Amino acid sequence: MVQNIIDVKNLSKSFDISSKEPGLKGTIKHFFRRQTKSLKVIKGISFEIKEGEIVGFLGANGAGKTTILKMLCGLIYPSEGSISVSGYLPFRRRENFLKSITLIMGQKQQLIWDLPPIESFYLNASIYDLDKFEAKKRIKKLSEMLEIDEELFIPVRKLSLGQRMKSELLAALIHEPNILFLDEPTLGLDINAQRNLRKFLQKYNKETNATICLTSHYMKDITSLCKRVICVHEGAISYDGELDLLLKKLSPVKEILIVCRSEEDAIKLENSGFTVKNKIKNEITIKIENNSITSSLKTILNNFDIEDLFINEPPIDEVIGKVLIKKDYDI
Amino acid sequence: MISKLINRKILTLLKVQYSNMLEYRVEIALWAISGIIPFFMLNIWTNNNLNESINISDTLLSRYFLCAFFVRQFSVVWVVFSFEEDSLMGKVSPYLIQPLNPFFRYFAQHLAEQITRFPFALIIAFFFFIFNPESIWIPNLGILLLSIVSTFLSFLIQFLIQSIVACLCFWTEKASSIERLLFIPTLFLSGLLAPVVSFPAYVKSWIYLTPFPYLIDFPANLLSGNETNISGGLIMQILWIFILFPLFKKIWSEGTKKYTAMGS
Repeated sequence: MVQNIIDVKNLSKSFDISSKEPGLKGTIKHFFRRQTKSLKVIKGISFEIKEGEIVGFLGANGAGKTTILKMLCGLIYPSEGSISVSGYLPFRRRENFLKSITLIMGQKQQLIWDLPPIESFYLNASIYDLDKFEAKKRIKKLSEMLEIDEELFIPVRKLSLGQRMKSELLAALIHEPNILFLDEPTLGLDINAQRNLRKFLQKYNKETNATICLTSHYMKDITSLCKRVICVHEGAISYDGELDLLLKKLSPVKEILIVCRSEEDAIKLENSGFTVKNKIKNEITIKIENNSITSSLKTILNNFDIEDLFINEPPIDEVIGKVLIKKDYDI
Repeated sequence: MISKLINRKILTLLKVQYSNMLEYRVEIALWAISGIIPFFMLNIWTNNNLNESINISDTLLSRYFLCAFFVRQFSVVWVVFSFEEDSLMGKVSPYLIQPLNPFFRYFAQHLAEQITRFPFALIIAFFFFIFNPESIWIPNLGILLLSIVSTFLSFLIQFLIQSIVACLCFWTEKASSIERLLFIPTLFLSGLLAPVVSFPAYVKSWIYLTPFPYLIDFPANLLSGNETNISGGLIMQILWIFILFPLFKKIWSEGTKKYTAMGS
């Protein structure tokens, strides 16, 4: 049986926020009497993550995804509730816990700007108590997986964003952590670099059985990496479950564009009882429920003279977008 | 075993930071030159015959200010500014989840910078001796070693004081403004502008209870061969380190609980 590696119960986090009215009067008032209020950004959430799972955290800006990741990796203290990661309380930042995790934040770097990445790799290796031989072996293995070579010896400031991100990943994974917290790792990368990064993460997960917690605004990251998603809405969990199930629930029908050989066939199809979205000459778009697609297509192909047909998946961003603005998805 | 591991980490940090510092050698040369304030003070003192009031010869006074320059070169600390910037830019976050206190990075950065400064400081000293040949002296080996130890202890005291102030970043974003308050007593009471011996007796007795005279005055007097209580000075330096280190640890541990990881 696969063990839970992350266990979160009734987790909350509040921040003290100071507010200021605009203008000189507001500034003077703010100088003498600062008004602060406590803002609860995470509201009693609970979830578990199993070893080797890749879980995507979805939510609008400010929903609380990054705050959850920061609490999971021990960067910030929770206000209420309990967290257990690999059996440790993250915020105590015990050495063995820190050696088992990594946090990668898109656009935030730990590499030394004026030196080639290789210097940062050896530095990290010594911080994580790896000897030179082991460090060399791991750098070779990871650089092959990430397809970086000459870049290792060029100062970081001269690397492209994609090359930098790959180097960041290598620096963050040199100690072979078994839990990866990735906060928008593909932010700002071009399409090819995004795809390569996803491929690498899939491979890393497969080879090491590492658990990956990921936030991203690029739906492609989520759909190609995560089977399970946790949707966060205003600090609370609005959905926790399989991504496929969520998509089916949110988008129960598919649109099918059928090109008939003649306009007469199109008219016949229009009047055969299917839900028609629109019809232009011999082209007709119908809506079919997900669970009856095979049987419906069989009927159409057997009874009508069809030249071509296209199944249109609804854009994933549009579908997921619905989740981000809703409080609860009970499936 | 533990000390071996820490040493290896520190050594690698030092090597990497030294490589990094070499990228900024021009800046470091300029910083070294910018530290010549003791020479200006020497000029003011000698031109106004102020040394007569404290019974120090011109030669001893010029040696004192040269040594003050050297001690300052190897004990200058700016950790509060680095930490504040890293904290505001969210750069502290990745360091916090590594199994090494981030202050070790800054510590190594300072040591690396001191190593880089060394040749520039020697060049400045060389020119000083050209213009003041009567000040040339060779301290005995024992005194030289004690002076190096004392200068390192002075660096540790300053590093701890600034690290404590830097930790205030967890409560207020602008901890460097608090450091500016400390800059005034550091400037006047450390011996950078005047040897502490020149202060009135009742002020001196109070000054010696603070950490400031052990930052420059004591190591500079020791190295220049001026009369000074060597064991008393070293004990006070160690005592201040023993007071400041637990204070830093406490404030660090409380501060990290307050960390909000802003900017990241």
